This record gives sequence, structure tokens and C-alpha cells, in this order.
Amino acid sequence: MDRRKYLKTLAVGSLSAGVLIDSCAPAENKEISPEEVAASEGGPNRQPDEIARYKKITAEKFFDDHEMKTITILVDIIIPRDEVSGSATDAGVPDFIEFIVKDMPRHQVPLRGGLKWLDLQCMKRFGKPFADVSTAQQLEMVDEIAWPEKAKPEMQQGVAFFNQLRDLTATGFYTSKIGIADLGYVGNKPNQWDGVPADVLEQYGLKYDERTLAESVKFDS
Amino acid sequence: MPDFQIKKNPKNYDVIIIGSGAGGGMAAYVLTQAGIKVALLEAGPLYDPAKNITQLKWPYESPRRGAGTTRPFGDFDAAYGGWEIEGEPYTHKNGTKFDWFRSRMLGGRTNHWGRISLRFGPKDFKHKSIDGLGDDWPISYDDIAPYYDKVDQLIGIFGSKENMPNEPDGIFLPPPKPRLHELMVKEAATGIGIPVIPSRLSILTRPLPNNKDRGACFFCAQCNRGCQVYGDFSSSSVLVNPALKTGNVDVIPNAMAREVLVNEEGIATGVSYVDKNDLQEYQVSAKVVVLAASAAESARLLLNSRSRRNPTGLANSSGVVGKYLHDSTGVGMGGVMPKLFGRKRYNEDGVGGLHVYTPWWLENKKLNFPRGYHIEYWGGMGMPGYGFGSGMHQTNGRWPGRNGVKKEAGGYGASLKDDYRYYYGASFGMAGRGEAIAREDNYCEIDPNTVDKFGIPVLRFHYKWSDYEINQAKHMQETFQEIIHKMGGEITWGVRGKEDDYGLEAPGRIIHEVGTVRMGDDPKKSALNKFNQAHDCKNLFVVDGGAFVSQADKNPTWTILALSMRASEYIIEELKKQNI
Repeated sequence: MDRRKYLKTLAVGSLSAGVLIDSCAPAENKEISPEEVAASEGGPNRQPDEIARYKKITAEKFFDDHEMKTITILVDIIIPRDEVSGSATDAGVPDFIEFIVKDMPRHQVPLRGGLKWLDLQCMKRFGKPFADVSTAQQLEMVDEIAWPEKAKPEMQQGVAFFNQLRDLTATGFYTSKIGIADLGYVGNKPNQWDGVPADVLEQYGLKYDERTLAESVKFDS
Repeated sequence: MPDFQIKKNPKNYDVIIIGSGAGGGMAAYVLTQAGIKVALLEAGPLYDPAKNITQLKWPYESPRRGAGTTRPFGDFDAAYGGWEIEGEPYTHKNGTKFDWFRSRMLGGRTNHWGRISLRFGPKDFKHKSIDGLGDDWPISYDDIAPYYDKVDQLIGIFGSKENMPNEPDGIFLPPPKPRLHELMVKEAATGIGIPVIPSRLSILTRPLPNNKDRGACFFCAQCNRGCQVYGDFSSSSVLVNPALKTGNVDVIPNAMAREVLVNEEGIATGVSYVDKNDLQEYQVSAKVVVLAASAAESARLLLNSRSRRNPTGLANSSGVVGKYLHDSTGVGMGGVMPKLFGRKRYNEDGVGGLHVYTPWWLENKKLNFPRGYHIEYWGGMGMPGYGFGSGMHQTNGRWPGRNGVKKEAGGYGASLKDDYRYYYGASFGMAGRGEAIAREDNYCEIDPNTVDKFGIPVLRFHYKWSDYEINQAKHMQETFQEIIHKMGGEITWGVRGKEDDYGLEAPGRIIHEVGTVRMGDDPKKSALNKFNQAHDCKNLFVVDGGAFVSQADKNPTWTILALSMRASEYIIEELKKQNI
């Protein structure tokens, strides 16, 4: 197979001869797809102990409905919809956070406690928990804890909570389909690496020296 | 009442190999090509990167987005196992530290490594003659060079001819061009006298001549996930699969070796193992036993193979088995390149790992530590995974943003969202990997009080870094800071002082441990001869990193492969001559 055809084969996602043959099998023989297996087992190519662990932790629910409602409001304040892409909830961030606290229990106390801290602050200020106050009041509260360097000393626990939630929201969002597109990551597919594009080299005042150009791998297409 | 009967395999093999990583895979490959009948025992399950696929998956295909909860190097990493394995503990002596990474699966730890494939140089085999420390190997570079050549041609490696005295060139495929940050590293480092040359990785940048079973690299940067087209080296795809095709090997998976069996004359007769699935006891016999279970695991097997004849363990009349354990040193540092903020997007995945590196470039006689290190570099616009965007509140108040104005740190909303885009792809890091001195008092031994879940006595480690390694780490700190400063980068992590041993990683973290069953000419000071054959037991061989006399400032895999190939050819000759 020439290299161009080879890359084309790779690009459609059928990487080995075995996969190609499988994909030509009659439809009635179709078994559960690898994607479906992965979704039920917690990822691709899982070991039995990993599958058992996944099933165990996903059978439990950690956050209650009120906590989840609060998280959903907060993550969309952190990453809202804008002209480039959707919001954190559009990208499924609340579900990611529910999973990750069960996967990494060290997140549980700071997040649950932080949500409670936030509700108590709002009760004192506005007489209602965070989820039930107006949007303007929610933002007033968030402004107290979202800026680590200018937050009041008595708001430090809230700052720590918000930093943690900001980090988890960012990870959940930018590892989603929406977030990856927003970021402009264009890899994870078969290609030919032929060096930094010329306009980028020029932008940074760099170039490949003669020896590098002579020795490096070259492509025929 | 459980059945305690030991099940004996009726087949009589020529050779039993324990372990299917670099050393065991190569032995299986060479022996089966010569028509020798082999039983290959592997302590974990079967694995084939063309079937057990995590390559080209997206982070959202993992519910934890690729985090390392169940696999230390992330959910998509090919290697099962890690530093801790349920039911298979190890212990430490006198409060010392050693972390033992195990990957129990076909291909072993070749499923997790950077594919950095450096030859040892002439000095690396004769360091005692140079600085008086450790011991010389019983072989020289000239003895192993033909095997490095053959490994290069069999497996494939890219690199460039450099004619450096202690960094021997190989038979190379062309290297990939440097990425943007790598050009910046190269310009900065060479400007202060530190060489930066193309890396040397066992990845097929071009199709491997005369090999139809393996495809060429398609530049997804994911070698650690295993390659579906076998475009890189892992033992399962490149060595064990071709061995299976000969019909001369039976792979026995999930077989946890318990001990090497020896007869009255002190000749190895076979191996006993527990099957991890049915927990029954089995025995398999052969004319030759080859250990390739990893440096520490092979030492454990020998030390657990005690008898009246061998009260201190098999092949251990010298008492050196388990001693001279040494891992590479490791120090890391990283930061951001402000000139890369807001950079243009393009696919810069490249091969799985660095495109350039720095080989050791100084003369140790002028320094306060005896051995060198190489430097690995990383950075660029990688695929996001768990942890992406973390710590933005420590970043977005530190540098002027897109409009040239500094923001208040932290925040939320559309402005924060734009910060993640703006700072993406500007991080970089570097890591030193250096040579530690092999010392008798860094060792593993059998813990007298502890067994694993199979009832096999476990290893107890005793390991301390000396001032040699700590001074080397200090030098790495100074060098890294100098390079980063020269690049116009700003350090965000990794600066450590004396109180933290200058950031020197705990032994075992670099996963280059070697030296526990070392070779030598003197049977009183070594366990193996120069053909990896036990001095005390002529039909017993050890072909993993255990046989090393000293680790170099290189990665050990290429040398394990070359030595295993050499030992396997020797086994073929000795079997022909009926010497074993």
C-alpha cells in the first residue's frame, strides 16, 4: 500500500487488517460495538478489576439534588456559553464532577463542605441558599470568592472551594468534545509531521538549519 | 478440602523463559527462530496493541478523562499495573524508600516507556577504570556493538549520526523535525554550550525494510498507549508475535513463577508457578531456564529458590543477588514561554515523545559528581486530559493577557474562558535522567515476615541516594534554570533546594532499576558470567536489567535487548554442543 492510501485507511479509523475484515461482516452478525463496551465498562480496554471498580462507584450517587443544582449554576458561571462555544453544562461538566468525586474521594469533603459553606454565607446575606437567590445575588457572592488575591481574609475557605471547582470545571469542559473544538486542538489523528508551518517559523524568527532539513524524515505526498 | 496436587506439564521444553518484556521477548524471538521449543511464562494477561486499543481515543471516552486513578500514567496508558498492585506488596528496611513499578502483562514494561533507545558507550562499560567507582563490566562496547546493530535493524530506531565518543551512533531511520518549543530549546541550549541533537526513539518514521507486519508511524504522539499498526517497539507486537508465528512457543499467561526447580546436581530442571486464574500449582520442565522477570523480580525468584544445596538462594554463592540495585536519577522542572501565549494552532503531535534531547556533554573529572545525565524535553499543543487548566488562578494574574493588560488573578466567565485558550500550548518542561553508582548497600532481599497473596515471600528494599547523586541533581537544577532563562521562559515548578535533595526523585520512580544479578568474570563478586549465564548453574540465564553491572546515563532497554539477543545466540550454540 502506498503511503497516501495507507494514511487514508488510517484516517477512516480502521487501523488493522483485522478491523477492516470485521467491518465488512454482515450486519446480523454485528455484536456490541467496542464503543458500547467501553461506555459500559468505564473506558476502552479495561481490566476486570477496573471494570468492577467502575461499576461499583457508578452505582452510587454522591451529590444530592440540591448540591447538583448548585454545582450546575456554579459551573456555568465559571464557563458560560460565548460566541465560540457552549457552556460547562452543555459539555456535561456536572456529570463529570459527580463521577470524579467518586473516583477520587479526596475531592468529596472539600466540595461538599464548600457547597455548604456557600449556602450558609448566602443564608446570612440573603436569607436563602445560593441556588435560590437571584442571579445578581449569586454573582455578588461569587465575586467574594473568585479573586484569590483580593478576597477578604474571612472568605479564604470560599476561595479555596472556588479554585477547586474552577479547576474541575476547566478539566471537564476542555476534555469534552465541545471544549476540545473550542481550544483548537487539531491532533489525535493520522497525519505526517513535516515540521512547524512556515508562517509560524517566520513569526518566531526561527528556521530549520540545512543539516536538519537534509537529515529529517521526508514525505512523498 | 482444596486440591493441593501439583500439576506437571507433560511437555518437555528446550527452554523456559520467565517474563515477556524486552529481555524475555527478545529471547523468545531469537530462540524460536532457531527452532528451539520454548515455554514463555508471563505473570499477567495476554495483550496485543492491535486488539487492546486505547490509541486515538478522546479524553471524553474515559469517564475520568484520562486521569491516573487505576493506571499511574493515565487511563489510556497501555501498561496495566503500577507501583502498587493489590495483593502483591513489597516492604522497606530502615525507613528507606524504593518504589517498584510492575506491569504484569504480555510485553511487561515495554508497554510503558518513552521508546528512548540509547546505546551505552565505550566508557559506560569501563567506568571503574575511569573513576574507581563501582565495577567494570566483563564485556566492552566492541562485544555488544554487533548486537546493537542487529537490534537496530530488527526493531527500528530513528536518530542522527553525531560521532560523539560515548554516544555511539546506530543504524538509524530519519528523525522527525523538531517541534516549535524544541527549536527554542535547541537555540537556547546550544548558545550556552549544551548540545541538543535529534532524539533516538524506537519508532518507525519510515517503513522498516523487509518487514511486512509493521506499519510506519502516523504521528499521533501516543506510543505509550500501544500502536495498532506496530509502528513502535513493544515486546508483544515486535518480538512475541513473530515468535508465536514460528509455532515454537507456548505462551502461558497469568503464570506467577514461584521458584526455579533444581536437581541433586544443582542443574535447573524447570519452574513452579501458580496460575492466577485457578490458583492451582503447576510445574513445567526444560533443559534451560531463562529469567527475564525484571531486575528485582528475577532476584526475588532466585532468592526464593532455596534448597539444602543453595541455602542463600539459587546462583547466589557470591551473595550478590539483590545487591547493587540502582535506578536512574531523575529531576524535573518546567514553566511557560510567554512568547507562545496566543499561539497559532496546528497539529504538532509528532511521534510519541521528544524529537530532540541532550546527551551528557561534560567531563566529570571537573565536577563534584562522578557520572553524567541526559536531558529530555517536552511541551507543545498536546491533547487535553485530566488536570487541563488547573491552577489558572496562579497563571492569569501573572502575565499580561491578550490585550497586553494584566488581569486580576482567578475569576470566572467569558474572560476566564478566553484565558484557557490564550495560555494553551505555552507550557514546557525538562527532565534529567542520570547515572547512579551501583552500591552493595542498596539492595533488595527477601522479607522474612511477609508473603504476597500467592504465598510467595516478598521483597524488602533498602536504598539510599549518596552525595554523588545529590550533587548531580544540584547540577541538573542549575543547568535547567540556565536553559529556561536563556529560552526566555519562566519557571513555574521544580525549583528545589538542599532540603529536598534538589528535587531528586525517590529511587524506583524512573523505572530503570538494574544490577541485582550482575555479571562479572569473578564468581565471588558476580552471579552471572559475560553471557548472562549463572556461574553456579550452567543452564540458568538472566537476561533482564538484573545482569547490568552499571546503569549508564542512558535508558536501559536497548542494552537489555542487545544482551538478551547475545545470550540467546550463546544458548543456541551451547545446546547444539550439548553443553547445557
